[in-house]
Amino acid sequence: MNAIPWLSIIIFLPAAGALLLLAARAMAGGANPGVDRGVKVMALLISLLTFAVSLGALAHFDPSTAAFQLVERLPWALGVEYHVGVDGLALSLVLLTTAIVPICILASWTIDKQVSSYMILFLLLETLMIGVFCALDIIVFYLFFEGALIPMFILIGVWGGKNRIYAAFKFFLYTLLGSLLMLVAIVSMIIMAGTSSIPDLMNYPFAEGIQMWLWLAFFASFAVKMPMFPVHTWLPDAHVEAPTAGSVVLASILLKMGGYGFLRFSLPMFPDASHYFAPMVFVLSVIAIVYASLVAFRQTDIKKLIAYSSVAHMGFVTMGIFAGNAIGIQGAIFQMLSHGVISGALFLCVGVIYDRMHTREIAFYGGLVNRMPVYAAVFILFTMGNVGLPGTSGFPGEITTMTGAFLANPLVAAGAALGVILSAAYALTLARKVVFGTIENPKLETITDLDSREWVLFAPLIVATLVLGLAPWIAFDFTQASANSIANAFQAAVSAGAAP
Amino acid sequence: MTFPELYNDLYAIQPELLLGSFAMAGTLIGAVFGARSTGFLSGLAVLALLAAGVLCAMQRPATPVEIFSGALTIDAFGTFAKTVIAFAAAATLILGSSHFARIHDRRFEFPIVTVLSVLGMFIMVSANDLITLYVGVELQSLAAYVLAAWRRDDALSSEAGLKYFVLGALSSGLLLFGCSYVYGFSGGVSFDAIAAAASGAPSVGLIFGLVFVLAGIAFKMSAAPFHMWTPDVYEGAPTPVTALFAAAPKVAAVILMARVLFDPFAGMQAQWTQVMAVLAGASMVVGAFAGLVQTNLKRLMAYSSIANMGFILMALAAGAPEGGKAALIYIAVYLPATIGVFAVMLALRQRGVAVETIDDLAGVGQRNVGFAALLTVLFFSLAGIPPLAGFWGKFAAFQAALGSNLVILAVLSAVSAVVSAAYYLRVLAKVWFSPPAASELVPVGFAPAGIALVGAALSFPILIVLLGLLEHSAETAVIASFPG
Repeated sequence: MNAIPWLSIIIFLPAAGALLLLAARAMAGGANPGVDRGVKVMALLISLLTFAVSLGALAHFDPSTAAFQLVERLPWALGVEYHVGVDGLALSLVLLTTAIVPICILASWTIDKQVSSYMILFLLLETLMIGVFCALDIIVFYLFFEGALIPMFILIGVWGGKNRIYAAFKFFLYTLLGSLLMLVAIVSMIIMAGTSSIPDLMNYPFAEGIQMWLWLAFFASFAVKMPMFPVHTWLPDAHVEAPTAGSVVLASILLKMGGYGFLRFSLPMFPDASHYFAPMVFVLSVIAIVYASLVAFRQTDIKKLIAYSSVAHMGFVTMGIFAGNAIGIQGAIFQMLSHGVISGALFLCVGVIYDRMHTREIAFYGGLVNRMPVYAAVFILFTMGNVGLPGTSGFPGEITTMTGAFLANPLVAAGAALGVILSAAYALTLARKVVFGTIENPKLETITDLDSREWVLFAPLIVATLVLGLAPWIAFDFTQASANSIANAFQAAVSAGAAP
Repeated sequence: MTFPELYNDLYAIQPELLLGSFAMAGTLIGAVFGARSTGFLSGLAVLALLAAGVLCAMQRPATPVEIFSGALTIDAFGTFAKTVIAFAAAATLILGSSHFARIHDRRFEFPIVTVLSVLGMFIMVSANDLITLYVGVELQSLAAYVLAAWRRDDALSSEAGLKYFVLGALSSGLLLFGCSYVYGFSGGVSFDAIAAAASGAPSVGLIFGLVFVLAGIAFKMSAAPFHMWTPDVYEGAPTPVTALFAAAPKVAAVILMARVLFDPFAGMQAQWTQVMAVLAGASMVVGAFAGLVQTNLKRLMAYSSIANMGFILMALAAGAPEGGKAALIYIAVYLPATIGVFAVMLALRQRGVAVETIDDLAGVGQRNVGFAALLTVLFFSLAGIPPLAGFWGKFAAFQAALGSNLVILAVLSAVSAVVSAAYYLRVLAKVWFSPPAASELVPVGFAPAGIALVGAALSFPILIVLLGLLEHSAETAVIASFPG
């Protein structure tokens, strides 16, 4: 037991901050521009403090072992314990979350409608997202996993675009259906195994026939969250309608809950079923990669295009995970981190021009390089990252997931490779249409380049993309122990199942 | 009956005596002082209910105590429920008296009739033979018919009262008919005699009687397919009365159902599990789908309560002790949320008129963020979204159902929970996403807002701490009361 409850502090600091904002708002007696500005600054400080604490937790973390660390365990009710802890996989996603949220809050500086409610919800969302990755009790996991729907629903619905209510409903109900089926499975597992502790459930041998059903129920939830073809259709709507910071959080973090779920639950707890269903996942992943890339190519809305490219990139993640070998899993984790940075940055890029022109139509833009050279450079950097250019963080993720898939099934890797080409096609076309050429639209004559706030937004993401691209071993070393242990346990269980 | 016995029996029914004496004394006071005494009587009634609740909470006998020659039983299961009923009724009475004072309806009978209804519920909960069962149900129902038609100058309210009365009479008929069969085939009215007849191979007549008894109680619970009265009565009755109907009588009916199933008919679990499963499935589906098209908030709450009763029935289908425990937990978390919603409806007024339709709530998020936050917590709790209280109820119900291998029912409940989430979301979408209506909603009075706040607090922050305590007391209550 450690003296300082690092994880609890990280989890609940944003929520405590939200309460502070609530109190501050009540004392200020309603909203006015001065209060709004104070609220923004406070929210930013709270999220930065959370990030600092998460770095403190990092300093107390030993990446050389796959065991859960910084564990806290308290009895609760109904057989549930408050049980949190992290391994390399979880902590890397926690750090991604705590790093992205301050950027999101800074990106929301232009919000002027119900500012304090917005910031309160955002901080609550951060608490719930961090909790998902830290939970070591399956019910606590479910609490956070499902609870994150509430603030996201309101964020999309209040601060979103014109079709926001439809998008908010679709987002909520899609994910809820998947999750409730998972809840039924979770309760069955608790009854069978007599425990709700995730580490114990990982070691509990579920009968093979039961595993199939449990796996399918979990799959229903994570596949929607991920999202995988054919249940991905909520994502483009939610992304397009969400406010910029909402899109960033959705792409960078909420989607990762699906991948995290596969790695934490499906593979370790139901290895036989995962092995059995792996071909199906491969097929769906390749369809997602190829089909989503083709669909992305045809989009006229920039955000929608990036949303479909997210679906394609998540295809690499599922493919890597279900390859079931260490390199595939490593690649999947890396791809999640890298996608978290790059897709978040791309949505911010859209936000920059949307704030200025209030449209996301590709046809509206063109020739931005003439008026916004710095923006153009940033946009191209992240587009290249999205394509997977070596030197950016996109490359190691794609190459390792494909290597992992090649070891499991060469055909799948071939299909995925086709997707890489397609992603270059749509991403470069987008860059050509939006950034290059001459300015045709007279309204763009006065558009201005990045201001200092936007510089601050992009700087950490640029650094992260390049560092992860040029020195990928930083992340690989960090997650190696947990990836190896997941892969080894999976392989051992599968070969034990195949032997008799 | 010797004097010490009588003393013991009376000692055991202190809460009931308290309520009964209030009703009688209150009638006298009201008869003398008329409308002037309404405020005083309301306050006294609230105190009496709270005191009864505290007395029940303190009783919690370790083993069931049969009193009045086995007519009533005092056990921890019943006292748990009575505590919840008393507090819920007190909350709705506060809502009611502040509401009626605001619309200048100062008839002193309101607190008295409410307390009589609660007394009926207490008797239902403690019933230990068919006669007390029927007397309790009737006392509760007759008082409720009066309350439903409280606004007798209002067509909808009168219609609600009449409809409730006619259909309620029908269900009482079903109940009596079932009781007569049970009596005929078991040879006794006491639950012990029935239990003896029901163990072993039960006769067809007993099964027949059981089904009718269950149908009668299911009507009081508003479980589908006996739910038809619910939306109309909810809509027509004055809002605070609807809040009462949505809370206390439901608890009493659930507890009575549980008692009938777990005590006299424990030996026939194979038979009633199917009946319960069908009632549960039908209620969840009807509550979920029919709620989708409602525009009136009270009708919506009616379907919400039907759907939630489905979850409780699912828990009961699992049998004691797990099912009973889950039902108690479900009730304890469902009541604060549902009363809270009605309290918000009463707290927000548009040109002096309380909120009725979903559209009335448009734009609350922009004008009254506090109320919007309350509604958000309450409705998400009703929808069962974690970490709010409703989730723990659904979780407990799932645990009970899956523990008894009711897998299909559990999956059905998951699907219908998603469907019903859609209409809760529709309300919240109005609250948060719509522009405010032309005429502003003005918060009035401290009482309804305070009760809504308590409901929301019990649905989330306080509950997190109290959850262990709630589980513990529910578990000990069930184990102490149904040892077999």
